[in-house]
Amino acid sequence: MQIYLPIAEVSVNAFLLLGLGGIVGILSGMFGVGGGFLMTPLLFFIGIPPAVAVATEANQIVASSFSGVLAHFKRRTVDFKMGLVLLIGGLVGAAIGVQVFAILREMGQVDLLVKLSYVVFLGIIGGLMFVESLRTIYRSKRPSATLTRKKHGLAHALPFKMKFRTSGLYISVIPPLIVGLFVGVLAAIMGVGGGFIMVPAMIYILGMPTKVVVGTSLFQIIFVTAFTTLLHATTNFTVDMALAVLLLVGGVIGAQIGTRIGVKLKAEQLRILLSIMVIAVCVKLALDLLIEPSELFSLTSGDHA
Amino acid sequence: MIRTLALLFCLFALPLAAEEVVASLSRDEVAITANFDGSDILIYGAVKRNAPAAAEPMEVIITVSGPEQVVNVRKKAWRFGIWVNASAVEVDKAPSFYAVASSGALEDVLTRTEDLRYRVSIPRAIRSVGAPSSVENAAEFTEALIRIRTAKNLYQNLDNSVEFYDQTLFSTTIDLPANLVEGPYETRIFLVRDGAVVDEYETVINVNKVGLERWIFDLAHDQPLVYGLLSLFIAIVAGWLASAVFRYIRF
Repeated sequence: MQIYLPIAEVSVNAFLLLGLGGIVGILSGMFGVGGGFLMTPLLFFIGIPPAVAVATEANQIVASSFSGVLAHFKRRTVDFKMGLVLLIGGLVGAAIGVQVFAILREMGQVDLLVKLSYVVFLGIIGGLMFVESLRTIYRSKRPSATLTRKKHGLAHALPFKMKFRTSGLYISVIPPLIVGLFVGVLAAIMGVGGGFIMVPAMIYILGMPTKVVVGTSLFQIIFVTAFTTLLHATTNFTVDMALAVLLLVGGVIGAQIGTRIGVKLKAEQLRILLSIMVIAVCVKLALDLLIEPSELFSLTSGDHA
Repeated sequence: MIRTLALLFCLFALPLAAEEVVASLSRDEVAITANFDGSDILIYGAVKRNAPAAAEPMEVIITVSGPEQVVNVRKKAWRFGIWVNASAVEVDKAPSFYAVASSGALEDVLTRTEDLRYRVSIPRAIRSVGAPSSVENAAEFTEALIRIRTAKNLYQNLDNSVEFYDQTLFSTTIDLPANLVEGPYETRIFLVRDGAVVDEYETVINVNKVGLERWIFDLAHDQPLVYGLLSLFIAIVAGWLASAVFRYIRF
C-alpha cells in the first residue's frame, strides 16, 4: 500500500515503513540502543529527503526513549541530578546543531554533513565495540584477567564540584556539561538520540556506575530529542507526522519482540552482531562518498505552493 | 468574466480562425489523499470547422505543466578525497511536472520558432536566465535537470501518443506520478498545421492535498509550534502505550 507523506512529499510503501520500524525496533530491543543511528540512514536509502529523515527520527526517538525510561523509573536507576546537568548542555548543543543544520541546508551541504557525521561516528563506535567484544570473548576463555580499578581523572580535577548521590560521584559539572553539549549537537545534526555516544562517555569519561547509565541517558535523551523536534518543526518545517507514526507503530511492536530475543542471546554475541551492523551501515555510507556517483547532479527545489 | 469575454471574442473571430479546439478532461481535479499513488487523466476533444479541412494534415500537441519552482541544480566534484556538492546553478522557473504529448514526433510537428513562442518542448518550458560566471558549462545543469526529472517520470516527452482520428477527434492519456507537487496544472492543447499553431486551448487541472494530508501540511506551516507539540504528544502517548501494553502482555 503506497502512502503519500505530506511533509516529505514522496510516496512510499506503508508496509516498508512499518517493516523498517519493526526491524530497527527488534534490534533496539535486543541491544538496548535507540536505533536512530540505524533508522536515519535507512530512511535515506529509501528516498526520504535527509532533512525530513533527521527531524522525523528525532520525534520517533522521543517515543522509544519514553517507553524505555518508564521501566528505569520503577527500578530507580535514573540519576536525575546528573540527567539535568547533561540536559542543560544538551539543550544548548541542540540549539546550536539546528542552526548549523539550517545554514548548511541553505548551502546545499546538509547531506554531506549528515553523511560525514554518520561515517565518522559509526566507524569509531562500531570499530571500538567490535574490538571490545572480541577482547571480552577472548578474556572469558582465560578467566585469569582482572578488572582494572577506576582512576581519578579529569572529572575530579576541575572546579565547580557537585554531589551526584544516585551515581555515588563527587565531580566537576564541566565534563557532563560538555558531554551533553556535544551529544546535543549530534542529536540535531544526525537525527539520533546519541545514546550510543552518551553511554560510553558516561562510563569512561564521567565514571558513572553502569547500572544508572542507561536510565539516565534515556531520561536526558527524551528532553534533548523533544527539543530538537520542536526546533526542526519551527525552523525547518521538516517533521513528518505521518512518517513518524508509521515508524512508531513498527518500532514499538519490534522492540517488544527484540527484548525477548535479546534475553536468549549472550551479551558478547549481541555486541559483536551490533558492531558488525554498525560497521556495515558506515561502509555503505562511506562508499557513497568515496565512489564516483553515477549521477553527479542533484536537485533541490524551493518555493512551491 | 475575462474568460467569457475571450470566448465571445473567439466566437466573433470564428470566421478568421476557421479551425478551433473543443476539448475536455476526464477530471479537472486531482486529490492527493494519504494513499495517493498517481493518477491518469484522459484529455479528449475535437476540431470544430466551418469549412472542409485543408489539404495539409493537421497535428495536435497537448501539454500539462505543474506549478513552476525555483530549482537549485548542484554538481558534485571530487574534493579532499570525497564527492561533495561543488557548484550550483539556480534555474529560475522549472515546472515541477511537465508532459508534452503529440500526434507525431514533436520536432517534425512544430517549428523551432513556434516552439520558442509557445514554450512547448521540455527544454523550452524551463526558464534559466543566467548562470553565475563561475560555472563553466551552464547548459549541462539544465540538461541534468531534464534528465533527472525524466527518469522520475516527472518530465514526459510523449511523441506519437495523441490519437487523432479523421483529422477531427483526438484523445490522449497523461499519467501523473505519485510524487506530485500541489497547485494548478496548466493544460494546453495546440492545433498545428505546417509547423505553425492554428489554435490554442487552455484549461487547468487542480492538484490539491485533501483530508489528513491537507491538515498536516497546513498545520506544519501555519502553526509550527502547535504541530511540533502535537508530534511530541503523539510520541509520548505511543511510548507510554507501548510500555503499558508490554507489561499487560507479560503478566
